[in-house]
Amino acid sequence: MNKRLLTLVLVLAIILPVFGGLPAAAQDECDFVGEAVIGVIAPLTGDIPKVGESTVQAAEMAVDEINAECGLEIDGENYEVIIVVEDNESKAESSVAAATRLIVDEEVIAIIGPQSSKQAVPTGQVANDRETPMISPWSTNPNTTLDRPWVFRVAFLDPFQGPVDANFAKEEFGAETAAVLYDIASDYPKGLAENFRDAAEEAGIEIVAFESFTTGDTDFSSQLTNIIAAEPDVIFTPQYYNEVPLIVQQARELGYEGPIIGSDSWGTPDLLDLCGDACNGLFFSTHYAPDIATDVAQTFIQAYEERYDERPDDVAALTYDAFQMLFTAIENAQSLEREDIRDALASIELFEGVTGIMSFDEQGDPIKCAVIIQIQDGEFTYYDSACPPGFPPEDMGSEESGS
Amino acid sequence: MDLNFLVQQFLNALQLGSLYALIALGYTMVYGVLLLINFAHGDIFMVGAFLGVFGSMVLNLPFVPTLLLSMVLTAILGVVIERVAYKPLRHASRLSAVITALGVGLLLENGMLALTGADPRNYPENFIVTETYDVAGFSISNVKILIIVLSILLFLGLYAIVQRTKWGMAMRAISYDKFAVPLMGVSQDQIISLTFILGTGLAAAAGILWGVAFPVLNPYMGLRVGWKAFIAAVVGGIGDIRGAFLGGLLLGFVEIFVVALGQPFGISSTWRDPIAFALLLIILVVRPTGLFGVARRQKV
Repeated sequence: MNKRLLTLVLVLAIILPVFGGLPAAAQDECDFVGEAVIGVIAPLTGDIPKVGESTVQAAEMAVDEINAECGLEIDGENYEVIIVVEDNESKAESSVAAATRLIVDEEVIAIIGPQSSKQAVPTGQVANDRETPMISPWSTNPNTTLDRPWVFRVAFLDPFQGPVDANFAKEEFGAETAAVLYDIASDYPKGLAENFRDAAEEAGIEIVAFESFTTGDTDFSSQLTNIIAAEPDVIFTPQYYNEVPLIVQQARELGYEGPIIGSDSWGTPDLLDLCGDACNGLFFSTHYAPDIATDVAQTFIQAYEERYDERPDDVAALTYDAFQMLFTAIENAQSLEREDIRDALASIELFEGVTGIMSFDEQGDPIKCAVIIQIQDGEFTYYDSACPPGFPPEDMGSEESGS
Repeated sequence: MDLNFLVQQFLNALQLGSLYALIALGYTMVYGVLLLINFAHGDIFMVGAFLGVFGSMVLNLPFVPTLLLSMVLTAILGVVIERVAYKPLRHASRLSAVITALGVGLLLENGMLALTGADPRNYPENFIVTETYDVAGFSISNVKILIIVLSILLFLGLYAIVQRTKWGMAMRAISYDKFAVPLMGVSQDQIISLTFILGTGLAAAAGILWGVAFPVLNPYMGLRVGWKAFIAAVVGGIGDIRGAFLGGLLLGFVEIFVVALGQPFGISSTWRDPIAFALLLIILVVRPTGLFGVARRQKV
């Protein structure tokens, strides 16, 4: 019995990739005159392999879709889109080497990636120095694009997310006091905790406890007891999916019954398994919700689920948007020259992607809405959007985007 | 700062401290008998926790059978490690044995990583259903009570074995003089195996209780916890089981109360580890052999 099952699995493992290759068949009918080579840098191995997997899946889907429609059309001629994927092992130095190789050896017209700020910040320098357009889908650190005209991104910045969470605490829960628990030894939580504190105080929320721990701690009971003694209306904790379950469960065990709010680092589906019932009903801010109702998002999510049999996470959605932005820029520019693509990217005014409508400031950073997700019965469900003041503009028509 | 707050923090400290104490016992017993610092002990603790995942998720066993299964399997693993890795080095320099222990630790960590992957694990939801009781203004959960009570019972059981049985007497005798005791007809190998059985069994119990209290398990979880428990054993006076238990509790109390009492003095929780370990260092300066330790005279 077991052997038969094993054989079946093995046979499927051999057959399935063959079927996976089928959609590409459509391109035979197109008359390609050349290729447009795009580099992708992703963490296929290392600490966060799931991020790399989502990146490549979204990239392959975006490319297959455009090639099925006969690729990029420039002056009436069709170019096939090819991607070259480089693994950065989730390391900054490998990422820099990968970018150099893509730019010099592969002569790519643009780079999508890297994802984490840790790699995107140094890699952006290489792309900028070598005058190659680069779009980082996931990086939220301001330095990735700062003073680098060749570097763009799709995610919002940390200084935007802090106020989103603070305002949400104020509006949703009428919070007058808040407490923060964060990892002081990690850049992302530390930066976001400080952004939240500043924004909360501006919004008239008093920070009654600002407690920290260091990476690897699992017992937060003394910090949480301090926090609970200060009687906050909400607790904000911008931690990763392996720490959130511990924090939430310990807070409940210590008798805290109020809301706990998080940030985009909560958005990995593993959180749902690890946290179970304890996280039910909690809110966090992030880039996109898998059940968001826009047409663009629904089309993407359906196609992705059909193709990979899993829900796209925020990395996949942002990567897909990065590709669509690049395709839009190339068709607007009607050119495959790096400089023309850069100019066209910089002059995109409004763009509607899976992660929402966005426009770009002079640093190449998107102005876009964040979404608030509520965890409900083991799923991330869309709850609300939080937008910068006056955004999106009201006269925005959907036909204007994606051109 | 009211009484409820202090009682709450006292319970927090008791929970964390009893877990450190259970692990520290294994360090101290092996050191007492073999003069070996078993640096793989933290990783044995991790294996115990993961065997709990195996018992509860794969075999669908409830809490008590899972705990016993994990303790037995981990004890067997402990004996095998001793026979394969430490026994051939019993007459080699102590440095070789310590390096070997570090190697065994790496083997366990990376072996588990290869076996289960890097994704964090936890126990099923019905393993222990957490219930929180509100007693006179402070919160206590059944998990906290379980951990504190079980740890104390396990310690008392161990203490009884060591103090009241022939086997325990033999263990104490070997730690006193490992050359004379075998001449009295006591099998050194058997006593050493027994030491490993008891020490690793307790580490497995600690692993499962840890996993219930902090349900995000990964193959590297034993590293930091192991170091801390080792420090607890040294502060208590390594080689003495009362010392190890007290050292563990002390470490838990220091860690919790630095955060709890530091706040009014403007000391943020960031200072927890520096202050906690500075305090432990001061204890060692005052009593270099630890709280219960006896100075051994080194013959040159």
